[in-house]
Amino acid sequence: MSLTETFFNWSVFVGALPALLEGLWITILLGAVSIVAGMLSGLVMALARLYAPAPLRLLARVYVDVMRSIPLLVLLVLVYYALPFVGIRLSSFVSAALAITLVSCAYTAEIFRAGIEAIPRGQFEAADALGLGFFSSMRYVVLPQALRIVVPPLTSNCINVLKDTALASVVAMPDLLKQATQAQALAANPTPLIGAALLYLLLLLPLVRLVSFFETGHRKATLS
Amino acid sequence: MPALIEIQGLHQSFGAVQVLHGIDLAVHPGEVVVVIGPSGSGKSTLLRCINLLEPYQGGVVRVDGRKVERGPGLARVRAEVGMVFQSFNLFPHLSALDNVALGPLRVLRTPRKAAQARAQALLDKVGLREHTHKFPAQLSGGQQQRVAIARALAMEPKVILFDEPTSALDPEMVGEVLDVMQSLAKTGVTMVIVTHEMGFARRVADRVIFMEAGRIVEQGAPEPFFGAPREARTQAFLQAILSH
Repeated sequence: MSLTETFFNWSVFVGALPALLEGLWITILLGAVSIVAGMLSGLVMALARLYAPAPLRLLARVYVDVMRSIPLLVLLVLVYYALPFVGIRLSSFVSAALAITLVSCAYTAEIFRAGIEAIPRGQFEAADALGLGFFSSMRYVVLPQALRIVVPPLTSNCINVLKDTALASVVAMPDLLKQATQAQALAANPTPLIGAALLYLLLLLPLVRLVSFFETGHRKATLS
Repeated sequence: MPALIEIQGLHQSFGAVQVLHGIDLAVHPGEVVVVIGPSGSGKSTLLRCINLLEPYQGGVVRVDGRKVERGPGLARVRAEVGMVFQSFNLFPHLSALDNVALGPLRVLRTPRKAAQARAQALLDKVGLREHTHKFPAQLSGGQQQRVAIARALAMEPKVILFDEPTSALDPEMVGEVLDVMQSLAKTGVTMVIVTHEMGFARRVADRVIFMEAGRIVEQGAPEPFFGAPREARTQAFLQAILSH
């Protein structure tokens, strides 16, 4: 058997394609849910870490540290295989979305925190002097500026989240990787795996380019 | 007439360094008070204690009879006290117009149309009719500071605090900002101004206050103050500043 027939077998690829696309769709869905939930919770976590009363602030810090330390795969396995022992049974999609969100929340919280801390003191003082309350200051003065700063690291985090969704195949989630390994077993040929790898690249390469674009774009904007 | 700003026994320290040693000061409605003194004398700190941008350890500050303290009432007091900063502190993501309209829109809950119309009128007043849609980065220092003054005015404050408003400006832009402040003073706005501009103080102030080492050393109307200062330290300071 030639190399081409082994790794780039057209008929195997065409046969596996519907399953791969189905998997790709689930990967995108899982990624999107985790990204949105992770960002929203990360913003709340960042605000808690910076401005909540001392005990809550400490709690937020512990949370962020723990979630950044624990391997995502370990957390995912805990959620899916350990929680049922205390009567919490989550579907593989919910388990995966939950585990990825918990971790992404911690990382986005750190990103938002850095962005907020980069805003000069004078901005906070000007907002205070106008009589804007905490939430108005955040909403109209601080966050619009902080968001602009954190677009590149935030996009970078989105890429990580999308890549991490592949771990969901461990908990029987029919995502892109899982579909590919199944198709590979069925066809006794690795072509579907190559196909999956290409689909991941197709999804993520543009995002990686986007981050570079933001980074140079932002540098220009701050220089002007 | 009751004082608009009433400061009693104000003590402030940064760690072990005591910055203000018991300041007593009353500012009356319509009064223009200029605070001068060497750097490190505590004059900016005094100004920043009035709207509690700087926390202090002892004493009381009242604005229009209301005590300025941490808590839910603080934002309301601050809304009545305008502030103009040395480094302008305009919001860089908003146009000049939106900088000026933000406070009325979000604090006073003025309808958007009215807030913007008023912002436009105020920018006209400070000579920036052509620049309302520019962003702070597109404006010169003097223009930015005039936007900042319009931003403070938009809240219709009872008093405006100026914290060295011309110290960060290129020399050729100092005049345009002082002109705006002088015309404000003529309209009866209550102002407390920390500055090194002695000529301006002499022309515009109702009362000049000289601070040194966290204390008020001398105060009085500008003519006797600059013409015949009583205290030796005031004389030395004025000598040093006016002779260069």
